[in-house]
Amino acid sequence: MKKIQEEQLENQDIEVRLVIEAIYQKYGYDFRNYSQAHVKRRILNRLNASGMTSLSEMIHEVLYNSKFVDLLLMDLSITVTEMFRDPSFYLALRVEIFPLLKSYPFIKIWHAGCASGEEVYSMAILLKEEDLYSRTQIYATDFNPLIIKQAKEGTYPVNRIKEFAVNYQKSGGKNAFSDYYTTDNESAKLLDSLKKNIVFATHNLVTDSVFAEVNLVICRNVLIYFDRQLQDRVIRLFDDSLPSGGILCLGSKENLQFSSYYGEFNPLIAKEKIYIKKYPL
Amino acid sequence: MAHRNKYEAVVIGSSAGGLHALKRLFLGLDSSFNLPVIIVQHLSADADNYLINILNDLGKLKVKEADEKEEPAKGYAYLAPPNYHLLFEPDRTFTLTIDERVNYARPSIDVLFETAAEAFKDRLIGIIFTGANSDGSKGLKKIKEFGGLTIVQDPDTAEVDSMPRAAIQTASVDHIATIEEIAVILNNLSE
Repeated sequence: MKKIQEEQLENQDIEVRLVIEAIYQKYGYDFRNYSQAHVKRRILNRLNASGMTSLSEMIHEVLYNSKFVDLLLMDLSITVTEMFRDPSFYLALRVEIFPLLKSYPFIKIWHAGCASGEEVYSMAILLKEEDLYSRTQIYATDFNPLIIKQAKEGTYPVNRIKEFAVNYQKSGGKNAFSDYYTTDNESAKLLDSLKKNIVFATHNLVTDSVFAEVNLVICRNVLIYFDRQLQDRVIRLFDDSLPSGGILCLGSKENLQFSSYYGEFNPLIAKEKIYIKKYPL
Repeated sequence: MAHRNKYEAVVIGSSAGGLHALKRLFLGLDSSFNLPVIIVQHLSADADNYLINILNDLGKLKVKEADEKEEPAKGYAYLAPPNYHLLFEPDRTFTLTIDERVNYARPSIDVLFETAAEAFKDRLIGIIFTGANSDGSKGLKKIKEFGGLTIVQDPDTAEVDSMPRAAIQTASVDHIATIEEIAVILNNLSE
């Protein structure tokens, strides 16, 4: 019995690698350096939901059915997010990081891996309340064009608003959260004025390169899905995008400690995983 | 039959009533017990280090939160961070994700157990403690399928019995025992 299980596991792992390889060769999206355990779970979940009987059948779908590929890319995107996720992080931005940015005549922010945009709009609200938004440019990127489309719309199910509002208050929000959206019975649409200085675009951290120099990079809960080699590639992108004194914000369970670029940064607010790029000696 | 030196890790799933159960288990462990222990305890998303500190202060295993990419070491116990799933990679290092809740839970016991079963195969011990849901049942079944050892807290002695009862219904279970008996079993299986 044990032997059968182990052989099935071996075959399943080979098939998962073939699915990933097919996506890469056909569409250029590269998941080969993502967490194996994670990618496998996502692909098997899709297999169960699809009614297909095997991963080998899925490879055929990947090659010939672009609708199915859209689904699979959505499965492999990191879509779980919320406005002001980890309120203490946004409070730290407001109280400790914005005063550093205030001296700049123009502020550029890169939000890498922005998913459906909740945290980008959180940043826009924060900047507005601190009178910085009018001289800020935010680049919000994700590899998945479908998710970037959602992000641009800035419309969220109304049943999520309560959670967003609680986070907003905890993060030091100065107004009523309801000031920032209009609503019908089903959805809440964030104000267009929040979108004014945001450029949403596709950018793939795995395969694309640096596109701008920015003062602040936010990339939270993305690196945890990558292996060490890919983490290093991405941190190098951030390093190359930031001037000395630039700020890098990671997710609460991510850190630079094991990166080859650790020496380029100093922890600024260690608890919130906020780093500052060192000045040359 | 199970014998010493066979097992390389212990995974524990615990929910409502778990704090007390984990404390009792740790108190029952010999000072020589040294298998790495990896725990999913359902907590609220903004829970602090309270549970880690309490278990650490018992002076049995060194207790810490599981870090991404970390490989569990002997003499340590690891807790899944609140609001993250904890997975094992095939190379037996940890991955954390913020994926959707599984069984209404993040961290989910099934997610840890299923990935641990694939990483450790028959060298894993899986334990289900007290709780008010059925998370962990599928994971425990998978541990058994790969030849691991499965243990469930006796529901009659659990603070909340539905999670251990669900596990017993779903998986083939090697031992149904009190917390103190489970500690003795673990002591005997540690090298």
